[in-house]
Amino acid sequence: MSNKIKAAIIGPGNIGTDLLMKAQRSDVIEPVWMVGVDAESPGLARAAELGLKTTAEGVEGMLPTMRGDGVQICFDATSAYVHAENSRKVNEQGAVMIDLTPAAIGPFCVPPVNLVDAVAKKAMNVNMVTCGGQATIPLVAAVSRVQDVVYGEIVATVSSKSAGPGTRKNIDEFTRTTAKGIEVCGGAHSGKAIIVINPAEPPLIMRDTVHCLTQETPNQEAITESVHTMIKEVQKYVPGYTLKNGPVFDGKRVSIYMEVEGLGDFLPKYAGNLDIMTAAGLRTAEMYAEEILAGRFVPAVA
Amino acid sequence: MDLKGKKITVHDMCLRDGMHPKRHQITVDEMVTISKAMDDAGVPMIEVTHGDGLGGSSVNYGFPAASDEEYLTAVCKEMKNAKVSALLLPGIGTVDHLKMAVDCGISTIRVATHCTEADVSEQHLSMAKSIDNLDTVGFLMMAHMIEAEELVVQLKMMEDFGANCVYITDSAGYMLPDDVTSRIALARAELKPETELGFHGHHNMAMGVANSIAAVAAGANRIDGSLAGLGAGAGNTPLEVFVAVCDRMGIETGIDTFKAMDIAEDLIVPMMDHMVRVDRDALTLGYAGVYSSFLLFAKRSAEKYNLSTRDILVELGRRRTVGGQEDMIEDLALDMAKAQGTL
Repeated sequence: MSNKIKAAIIGPGNIGTDLLMKAQRSDVIEPVWMVGVDAESPGLARAAELGLKTTAEGVEGMLPTMRGDGVQICFDATSAYVHAENSRKVNEQGAVMIDLTPAAIGPFCVPPVNLVDAVAKKAMNVNMVTCGGQATIPLVAAVSRVQDVVYGEIVATVSSKSAGPGTRKNIDEFTRTTAKGIEVCGGAHSGKAIIVINPAEPPLIMRDTVHCLTQETPNQEAITESVHTMIKEVQKYVPGYTLKNGPVFDGKRVSIYMEVEGLGDFLPKYAGNLDIMTAAGLRTAEMYAEEILAGRFVPAVA
Repeated sequence: MDLKGKKITVHDMCLRDGMHPKRHQITVDEMVTISKAMDDAGVPMIEVTHGDGLGGSSVNYGFPAASDEEYLTAVCKEMKNAKVSALLLPGIGTVDHLKMAVDCGISTIRVATHCTEADVSEQHLSMAKSIDNLDTVGFLMMAHMIEAEELVVQLKMMEDFGANCVYITDSAGYMLPDDVTSRIALARAELKPETELGFHGHHNMAMGVANSIAAVAAGANRIDGSLAGLGAGAGNTPLEVFVAVCDRMGIETGIDTFKAMDIAEDLIVPMMDHMVRVDRDALTLGYAGVYSSFLLFAKRSAEKYNLSTRDILVELGRRRTVGGQEDMIEDLALDMAKAQGTL
């Protein structure tokens, strides 16, 4: 008897392929479909070699058989612009959509902060915010669960090589969606996000800085402890999530300096920004899968 | 070199780049007074915003005395002839800020990226191009870090996205005149003839004026300067000096040299928190090729963690940091303090 939930990955690019490699190690997820739009895509060929069904006809190519193939979870690793349509179509076929684009049509999910809540709501679409959001929002939340954060700001610095064409074309979606995530998930009253792309060689490992301005003088001991606890939570799925410096306290400013090294599955280790996204997406899917397997959740159109 | 009769457009930076040495604390009233004086002196273009451009207001770069909207609205409505521009760095500001600035009355938007990352400006340049009569400029920062051939590829990308003018920007004040000549000359030869070409200098190696003249000689027709040099690092090309040199050479700027000198001396210098000059640390920026607005952040961290500003700046250069990475300065200072055993 199979105790894995079948899943489809839409978008056979770097993210989709890295996700596939991670998903193959999962105890509860079995990737069975890879969906692309370009028949020449190396990602589709790789997925086919690994035994997945593939199509170059987009989601349309999978729709007729996906229910029969037992697909209950889909990941979208394409772009914000096509996500809404993809989501609608797979939802109609009774599959939950985990959105790795910054489209943000469903509720945000940052696993160590609100995964349990997100799954409990049984939403048919959840959004993984952005790579910078996954790397920083847990720490904004780590501060805001101790005391009021009036303003949360993050600076994500990524290597040129890890910033794909999608991110580059839609860089505003990154800053907007991340800023919103800092507020909604991070618990800051207002949020701001900054992204910097650095072309240095060898490529730099993703760096993230989190600045919080607290309402009252920060409780240094409690915040430091909360930050360390949160980092351990993230390390469960991204082992290379590392505190470089801080928390630094300066008046009501709390600053935390992080480095995010990836697992190096398909993407190079410096691309921690992409790794934390695929790892968070998979962790979210696994939580859904556990609910489905336990019979507590039956994905269906609302 | 004979540049007699050549017409160029000079663009003042003291109310934008000048925000860096003022820690973004120039007031709306000061902006209005200075911009009116510049308008009267015939300065054709004036940039106004947070030092790091639209949306720059942040812990990372500093919170300004007023919002971009307040500055732009106040200045735009007072201008008789001068055109007002705003700077936008994708990754910091968005097209929402761009639209706001257009509503405030700007005539020019300048979209700035690191010299190798022009493709992040597509959203903003193409949006700007679609707005009637909006002068749309692409601005490649830290241009000393790559050779002329690579730079031209990036400039052409911005041209394709919709820029009618592109800039080679010496954000670190690192370039020497030959570096400027080779880059500008190749760009001029390769870009569309109707695309304007600009140069933005910093005075960290005291080359602001010489570099700007080299740029004009090689085919640039827009030059950034700043009255009294008020700008990041050792400041920008001092505008009044550049205009005086242009006068002597017969390059036509349309700016009244004596009036420009008077604004620099009577309005800008008294407003400075510290003398903007080629001091040891500003010189280090130019020497090590470091983004000029890192200067005050490095000084503050050096003081807080008992380090040398120069050591911090040299290390930032060695790590090939780019514009916007101000957050790495305190992080680096903490590492250095740990290494020397004082933390």
